[in-house]
Amino acid sequence: MAEDVVLDVEDLSVSFVSPQGIVPAAREVSFEVRRGETLAMVGESGSGKSVTSLAILRLTPPAPQCRIEGRVRLRAGDRRVHDLLALPEARMRELRGSAAAMVFQEPMTSLNPVHKIGDQIAEAVRFHSALSKRGALDRAAELLDLVGIPDVRRRMSSYPHQLSGGMRQRVMIAIALSCEPVLLIADEPTTALDVTIQAQILELLHDLQQRTQMALLFITHNLGVVAEIADRVIVMYAGRVVEEAAVLPLFKRPLMPYTQGLLRSVPRLDLAGRRCDELAAIPGNVPDPLALPPGCSFAPRCAHRVPELCDGRVPLLEGAGAQHFVRCARWASLAEGAPP
Amino acid sequence: MGSFLARRVGQAGVLLLIVSIIGFSILHLAPGGPLSQFAATGDMTQEDLDRVARQMGLDRPLPVQYAEWLWRLLQGDWGVSYRDKQPVLRVIGSHLGATLELMLSSTLLAMMIGCWIGVLGAIRRYSVFDTLATVGAMIALSIPTFWFGLVVIYVFSVGLGWLPAGNRYTIGDGSWSDRLHHLIGPCIVLALVSTAVWSRYMRSSMLDVINQDYIRTARSKGIPERRILFQHAVRNALLPMITIAGLHLPTLLSGALVTETVFTWPGMGRLFLDSIGYRDYPTVMGILMFTAMLVLLGSLLADLLYGVADPRIRTA
Repeated sequence: MAEDVVLDVEDLSVSFVSPQGIVPAAREVSFEVRRGETLAMVGESGSGKSVTSLAILRLTPPAPQCRIEGRVRLRAGDRRVHDLLALPEARMRELRGSAAAMVFQEPMTSLNPVHKIGDQIAEAVRFHSALSKRGALDRAAELLDLVGIPDVRRRMSSYPHQLSGGMRQRVMIAIALSCEPVLLIADEPTTALDVTIQAQILELLHDLQQRTQMALLFITHNLGVVAEIADRVIVMYAGRVVEEAAVLPLFKRPLMPYTQGLLRSVPRLDLAGRRCDELAAIPGNVPDPLALPPGCSFAPRCAHRVPELCDGRVPLLEGAGAQHFVRCARWASLAEGAPP
Repeated sequence: MGSFLARRVGQAGVLLLIVSIIGFSILHLAPGGPLSQFAATGDMTQEDLDRVARQMGLDRPLPVQYAEWLWRLLQGDWGVSYRDKQPVLRVIGSHLGATLELMLSSTLLAMMIGCWIGVLGAIRRYSVFDTLATVGAMIALSIPTFWFGLVVIYVFSVGLGWLPAGNRYTIGDGSWSDRLHHLIGPCIVLALVSTAVWSRYMRSSMLDVINQDYIRTARSKGIPERRILFQHAVRNALLPMITIAGLHLPTLLSGALVTETVFTWPGMGRLFLDSIGYRDYPTVMGILMFTAMLVLLGSLLADLLYGVADPRIRTA
């Protein structure tokens, strides 16, 4: 594990036990996030991105219901490397909220309705530091100021329902940052917000990252957000990583037909009025995780499918240039056929 | 807040009026009357009976009787019991202590045990404990109170001799320990059903809460599981219980009717039953109105308490 790697995920698989059988939600997912870097994880609903992020902090349901395999290593602030999936629960709890923190998608429901904002932030501080109750509340006020909440004194004793969605998400970020984590996982933090508020929250996260040099794992299905915030991108489909690249190469020269489809389905102002007034949608639906095709999971929806090549076995994640990886049996021939 | 209270009091007034009309009608339309016991002995002639009825004002048309009763009630005169010629309010007052003692103790017992069973059942869903608690609650809910009361008396009083078979205290004793000893039997019988009810409500409320996003947030903060349970989950799961507690107040009073009779407990339930048997119209109407007021008070109290406990309602 290189010195500047904060999070190293190797072959992480998460599956749920259901009455219909074992449902694989994420399969052999591997990636790294470095200090000060933003890695965006992109995919449709059900692609396994949220489950992967929850599994890193072991926040998925407990053992008999949910199985996690693979290895997740985290380099904490003191440079010590922790093997998260092997830690006893008590040690894991010490790291959660301190070395690695998380911001969730739904700011409206992610805060406890019956506790004051200040207390909810101070609670996280108190369990990871030696601060007194008074000291923890002072720190909470400091954090509220840091995330740009005006009138901090009054807001400390507000309840969540008295705040707007954007303000609540700022509070969630304040909670996550309370112990200066080396890794912040943000699971669709802007999806539930208005577009103008989205931009503010993204800017806030970006500023905070510049200041603290934390590693940011940003989960989203919004490619516009990816372009704005990410350094590198991994694209998930049906529980697997299907493409990984730095953000510019990915947008300029996507290799996996699924990524290409995703990019084509984004509305673009510069193309308006030209021949493609209608948005291109990817035909079909995400496959049922209980009945995945034996070969490439995307093959049934793919325009470039060649049965002999695509349906036999799952393609490997192959290197396709500097730091660019793609899981497609035909990527090379497709790249040749199309001008770059 | 002021207008809220005024509206609730206005609604309560209308409801009480309706309750009183229905209660009065049913009571007077029921066969028999305060005089039927004299008639049964055969010592009094029809003339004597008519004269007594006239003296008591029972010969007048029902609406007139009702109007007079209501007029007096509005002036604070609840009437005088036919049975012991005491003012109705004093009769109720002398039975209230016994009922309150039984009610409070059994409710507290049921709430504490029921909520615990509910919480444990929810966090260990489908475990052996949860299954046993579910089956146990179903059994407790389907056992008739009078039968269970008799079983308790048969086993613990007659068989084992551990508990007294009835009454509030031993005549001539009346010490704290003696009263407590008498309280155990009826308290357990009364608490059985409500423990089952509380555990079911608490379980479902808790199951609702532990799947909420804010519980996941609490976990992501790395705080201990015990704190998540009590500070975050139980605190929220108890909110709907306030409403149930308010609705439970009158249920407990009617439940006490059977239990008080089985254990010869000198409370409101038994007074009500005895007064009906005697056709003691003023006392029955008095208890009816008193209970109706308690029902309304219970739900009003629940609404007010909800506002105190839930910040979302407090400021709304």
